[in-house]
Amino acid sequence: MASTIRVRAIANGDTTEVQALIQHPMDSGFVKDAQGAVIPAHFIQQLTFEHNGKTVFTADWGPAVAKDPYVKFGFKGASKGDELKVSWVDNKGASDSITATIQ
Amino acid sequence: MRFVLAPVLAPVLALISAALAAGVIAQAAPAPDKPDPAADAKAFRNYFVTKFPGVKLEDFVNGPYSMNEDMRKQWVEKEEFPPYDFALDAGKEMFAKPFKNGKTYADCFENGGIGVRQNFPYFDAQKGEVVTLELAINRCREANGEAPLSYVKDDMASLTAYMAYTSRGKPLDIKIPDDPRALAAYENGKRYFYTRRGQLNFSCASCHVLSPGQRLRAEILAPALGILNAMPIYRSEWAGMGTISRRFITCNSQTRAVPEEAQSEDYRDLEYYLSYVSNGLPVSGPGARP
Amino acid sequence: MSISIEGFSATRRLVLQGAGAVALFGFGALAARPALAAANDPYPEAAFKQKADRDAIQALYGRTADASDKVKLDAPEIAENGAVVPISVTTTLENVTSISFFVSGNPNALAASYAIPEGTLPAVSNRLKMQQTSNVIAIVEAGGKLYSATKEVKVTVGGCGG
Repeated sequence: MASTIRVRAIANGDTTEVQALIQHPMDSGFVKDAQGAVIPAHFIQQLTFEHNGKTVFTADWGPAVAKDPYVKFGFKGASKGDELKVSWVDNKGASDSITATIQ
Repeated sequence: MRFVLAPVLAPVLALISAALAAGVIAQAAPAPDKPDPAADAKAFRNYFVTKFPGVKLEDFVNGPYSMNEDMRKQWVEKEEFPPYDFALDAGKEMFAKPFKNGKTYADCFENGGIGVRQNFPYFDAQKGEVVTLELAINRCREANGEAPLSYVKDDMASLTAYMAYTSRGKPLDIKIPDDPRALAAYENGKRYFYTRRGQLNFSCASCHVLSPGQRLRAEILAPALGILNAMPIYRSEWAGMGTISRRFITCNSQTRAVPEEAQSEDYRDLEYYLSYVSNGLPVSGPGARP
Repeated sequence: MSISIEGFSATRRLVLQGAGAVALFGFGALAARPALAAANDPYPEAAFKQKADRDAIQALYGRTADASDKVKLDAPEIAENGAVVPISVTTTLENVTSISFFVSGNPNALAASYAIPEGTLPAVSNRLKMQQTSNVIAIVEAGGKLYSATKEVKVTVGGCGG
């Protein structure tokens, strides 16, 4: 099955710009469905980015992060061709990860 | 300016008003029994270009984002990694996957279905009707023993998203053959566009010709010029994708008019008219909207 | 393939404040940043449960923030749709270790919190949900202190039936 994570990591001089878009409902637990039943909370809690075994960025998310969440950040010390590992865990214990190559 | 006129006169007078407002005086307004789509398209484009001198012609396809700076900023930010990305990927996969009989969508379309979105809708002389991209996709499926897709979202939206993407940047190139039936379909679409309907008594033109850039409650209204070029769209309101069919239906219900069935004759003719008068503007789909 | 999260008893920042903050200033040779926790840092459950932004900031960081013009918060005047509001923060402050976003009018104010290890730029762009017109507060933790920027974002019901 295709990964839920889409990453774009581009090296620009000594800074790598990272953008990630993740397919996830990020249900808040506040919304009801057409029948009036609450749609249970279902959202990514932690998202981690690692380069050469070192964590370069961690996101702690709550349900107020938008559906199909997006995040952008930058870090130094990586080069084109290096690998960037991205992984998430949600409140139901599900997870996904992907390794992307820095362009 | 109020149009309190019988349906027959309303579209013609609306066009005259629009044409006059745009300063297009020389041409006589087309009489009801001799349609002149080329003149219509010219007057239509001229009206919007004159009304919004600061907007580049190709920017009209961006709907509300061509009208409001604060909204445009939010859109540009979302386009960096757009919400329709997933549907686009799904559409690409679906498009390549063969039917049970071994054929694919490529077998139903010119150029294998790649880079053809700008030619839809077209008038099918054999069937005597307007064929939209959505209709063509389902006809392809049925011809190959597959069940038709829902017209409004999901797989149909993903497929049309992919096909639109392969035509991104290409100018809309809708043709009206010299065939009275094609002209009648075009005129029907135009009539539908300018006719008031429903509880709120709005026509498509009420919002998208008279009031683009203004707010309808919290929404910024899109200009009618190029309004279909970004389809299908990911709407934040839907938290998902929707097709031209979906938008025609929901717009009718939201303005308290009775919606027609997806791909009804009126809707296809409306799409024909709206696409023709937007000829030359680039396909920008799939798009994102509020 | 699931990863289990360790206990949520204390937030990373509260632990750091108690143990590490005082010791920092004497060690000029070492990195002038609090020891950064590893990838499986405890998720700040308690902070996410707070309703008011003030309580959430306290739960997450254990102290209050001072408004600073060195924190640049970019958010729209009027959100095109409250479900997806693009918001970003950049700062010229140094030794940034954390950036967080709070939406005052949401049922729970804390929306997202980001750890900024050494070598990572002190800037984040994300997309948040806003329930209603309210303040968005960005907090930047730099050099052990908290700095904030606030902006009101209007959220309305969509016009076309929304």
